Amino acid sequence: MMNKNTLLALGVVSAISFGASFPAFAADDAHSTPQPPRLSWTFAGPFGHFDKAQIQRGFKVYREVCQSCHSMKLVAFRTLGQSGALGFSEGQVRAIAAEYQINDGPNDRGEMFQRPGRPSDYFPLIYPNEQAARATHNGALPVDFSVIAKARTYEVGFPGFLIDIVRQYQENGVDYIHALLTGYAKAPEGFEISQTQFYNKYFPGHRIAMRPPLEDNRVEYTDGTPQTVDQYARDVSAFLMWAAEPHLEARKRIGFQVMIFLIVFAGLAYFTKKKVWADAH
Amino acid sequence: MSGPSNFKPKSAILQWTERRLPILGLMHSSFVAYPTPRNLNYWWTFGGILSFCLGVQIITGIVLAMHYTPTVAGAFESVEHIMRDVNYGWLIRYVHANGASMFFIAVYIHIFRGLYYGSYKEPREILWILGVIIFLLMMATAFMGYVLPWGQMSFWGATVITNLFSALPGVGPKIVELLWGGYSVDQPTLQRFFSLHYLLPFMIAGVVVLHIWALHEVGQNNPAGIDVKSDKDTVPFTPYATAKDNFAMICFMIFFAWFVFYIPNYLGHADNYIPANPLQTPTHIVPEWYFLPFYAILRAIPSKLGGVMAMFGSIALLAFLPWLDRAKTRSARYRPLFKQFFWVFVIVCIGLGWLGSKPAEGAYVIASRILTAYYFIHFLVILPLLSYYEKPAPVPASIADSVLGNQPLAPARVKGSR
Ligand code: HEC
Ligand code: HEM
Repeated sequence: MMNKNTLLALGVVSAISFGASFPAFAADDAHSTPQPPRLSWTFAGPFGHFDKAQIQRGFKVYREVCQSCHSMKLVAFRTLGQSGALGFSEGQVRAIAAEYQINDGPNDRGEMFQRPGRPSDYFPLIYPNEQAARATHNGALPVDFSVIAKARTYEVGFPGFLIDIVRQYQENGVDYIHALLTGYAKAPEGFEISQTQFYNKYFPGHRIAMRPPLEDNRVEYTDGTPQTVDQYARDVSAFLMWAAEPHLEARKRIGFQVMIFLIVFAGLAYFTKKKVWADAH
Repeated sequence: MSGPSNFKPKSAILQWTERRLPILGLMHSSFVAYPTPRNLNYWWTFGGILSFCLGVQIITGIVLAMHYTPTVAGAFESVEHIMRDVNYGWLIRYVHANGASMFFIAVYIHIFRGLYYGSYKEPREILWILGVIIFLLMMATAFMGYVLPWGQMSFWGATVITNLFSALPGVGPKIVELLWGGYSVDQPTLQRFFSLHYLLPFMIAGVVVLHIWALHEVGQNNPAGIDVKSDKDTVPFTPYATAKDNFAMICFMIFFAWFVFYIPNYLGHADNYIPANPLQTPTHIVPEWYFLPFYAILRAIPSKLGGVMAMFGSIALLAFLPWLDRAKTRSARYRPLFKQFFWVFVIVCIGLGWLGSKPAEGAYVIASRILTAYYFIHFLVILPLLSYYEKPAPVPASIADSVLGNQPLAPARVKGSR
C-alpha cells in the first residue's frame, strides 16, 4: 500500500515530531516532577471493586487527620451506606451523621441554628468560606475532597497513554494522592523554600503549603493492618476514590454485562451479514 | 427521496394513509429499495454510525438537561448531583461526554474516507459542502457543551477561544462582547451557551437530512470511484447495507462501551473536576483532543489574527476541495501518487494533533509551523499539481467487474471476495 517515498516522508515527519519531544529541545519546567509510582488498586480493571475494610480505614484516616482542614461537601452521609460503598448499616450511618453539627434554619423566630446531622445531610464545610480557609493556611486553600481523586493526574508519554486504553488504567488520581502524601522530603541543596512551605517530590513546583499530615501510628487500626504512612496513604486514597466515584462498582458490573451482550450480538450480526451477502458475490 | 415509489402497503389502513401522505413509500425508497454500490467496504458504514451518534447525544442530552442548572453557582454541583443522585445519572453523563469523542472519531474517519476515495468530486460537491457545514456545527456544539460543567477547563477554554474573535479588525471586540453577554466569561455566557448547545444538534439533524437527500440524489461513491452503470453494480439497501451497517455499528458500540464503563474520564481533563475559578489560570490550557490539530495551527502563527485566520482557513479550505483537486479519477486506488500524499497528510494531521497538546515553546513551535505549512501546501499546491501531472492507473470498466474480476456475474457465491 505504501512505498518508499511514503516511508521517507513518514520518516521526516516523525523525525520532526520526535525531535520536538526530546527534552533538550523544549523549554522545560513541569517535566521535573517525577511520575508517581503506579500501585495496584482493588478497584482497577474490569472487575474492580472497593475493599470495604480498606475504605473504612481510609474514612477513619480522613476523619481523624484530614478533616480538620479538608471538606467533602458534595458527599451525603446516606451514601456511606449505599451498595458499593463502605458497607455501613443504616444505624451506623445515622450515628456518624449525628456526630456532625449542621447549620440549619431559619426557624420560626427567624434565627439560624445548629443541629446534629441526619443521613440526608452533606458533610459540612470546615471553613465558612474560601477566604477564611486561606486566611488560616497562609494563603493556600485546602481543597474540597469530593472529587479530588478525579481532579488530579499525571502525564503518561507515548506509547504509554495508548497502552492505558487497552489496560483500562485510570487510577492516576489516586496514584498521585498516595505519592503526594508519601513524597515529603528534605529540600535539595540550594532549593529555596519559605518557612510556611514544605518540600514535596510530587507536588508541581515542589513547594506545598500542607505540612506532612501523616506519621506512623497516628491513626489506630484495630484490624492489624500496619500503621504506617504508606498504608494510611493507600487507604485514604482508596476512600477518596470512592468519594469521587461512588457508583464505580455498579459501573463496572453493568459494563461487563453490556460487553457480553454486545459481543454476542456482534457475533449474530456478523453471521447475519455473511448469510445476506452470500449470494451477492 | 429518489423519485416516486411504487411501494404499496398491505394493510387497508396504511394504503389509505399512504394515498394522503406517502411517508412509508419515502422510507421504503430511501432505506429499503435504495440501490447501493455492491463494492462498498466497511469505511462506508460510518455514515450510519454518525447518525447513531447524533441520536445518542440528543437523547442523553435531553435527559441531562432535565437535571442540569445553567448557573455559575450551580452548574458544577448539578453535574455532580447527576453523577451521584440521579438514577443511572453517571451512565447518562458518561455516555454523553464520551459520545462527543466517539462522534468526532467517527466523523474524522468519515471525512478521511471521503478524501481517500474522492467522494467530494463531481457530482457530490454539495453533499461534501453540507458535510463540512455539519462538521463546523459539531465543533461549535462540542465546544459549548464542554463549557457547561463549569470546571477549570470549561472556563479557561471558553475564555481563550472566545477571545480569539477579538483579533478580527473592527467588529472583533463587539463579537466577543456578544458571545460573553458582558465583559468577561460569566453567567450570561454560560446561559447562552446552554441555550445554543441545546439548539445546535437539531440544526445538525436538519443539515443531515439535506446531506442524505443530496446523497440519495447523486448516489454513493464507492471504493472503485466509478459511476454505477447498471443494476449489476448495485444491491438494494435492505438487506445488504442494513446487515453490514448493523454489524459495524455493534462493533463501534463495543469500542464506545469500553470507554464509558471502564475509562470514562480518560478522554477528558482532570482539571475539569476543579470548579471554575476566574482568578486562577491553569498551567496548561488544552482543548479537547478533537480540536488539537486546529489548536496547533492557531498557535503556529505568530500573530493572533493570522492564527485565527489560519485555523478557520484550514477548515474552510475543505469546502473548496472539489475545485482544488481537479483529477478526473476519484479513488486513490487508481492514483498512485495521490495515495502516497494522502498518507503523508494523515500523518501530518496526527502530528498536528500531538503538537496541539504540547506547550507552545521551543521546538514544538517550529514543528507546528512546518506541519501547518504542509497542511496548506497539501491542499493549495500538491492537489492542484497532481490533478495535472499524475498519470492515473486504468480503472475497472464497471463496479461489478471490480468486485468479480472479469468473471461473469454468477448468482452463486464467488470465492475470495468479501
Ligand atoms: C493542617 C491542615 C491540613 C491537613 C490536616 C491536611 N491537609 Fe491537605 N492540604 C492542606 C493545604 C493548606 C493544602 C493546599 C496546599 C497548597 O496549595 O500548597 C492541601 C492540599 C492537599 C491536596 C492537594 C494537592 C494538590 O495537588 O493540589 C491533597 C491531595 C491533600 N491536601 C490531601 C490531604 C490528605 C489525604 C490529608 C489527610 C491525610 C490532608 N491533606 C490533611 C492542608 C491540610
Ligand atoms: C453529523 C454528522 C454526519 C452524519 C450523521 C452523516 C451521515 C451520512 C450518511 C448516513 C451517509 C451515507 C452513508 C455513507 O456513505 O457513509 C453520508 C455520506 C457522506 N458524507 Fe456524511 N455525515 C455526517 C458528516 C459528514 C461530514 C463532516 C462530511 C465531510 C466533510 C461528510 C461527507 C459525506 C460524503 C462526501 C458522503 C458521501 C459518501 C460517499 O458516497 O462516498 N459527512 N453521511
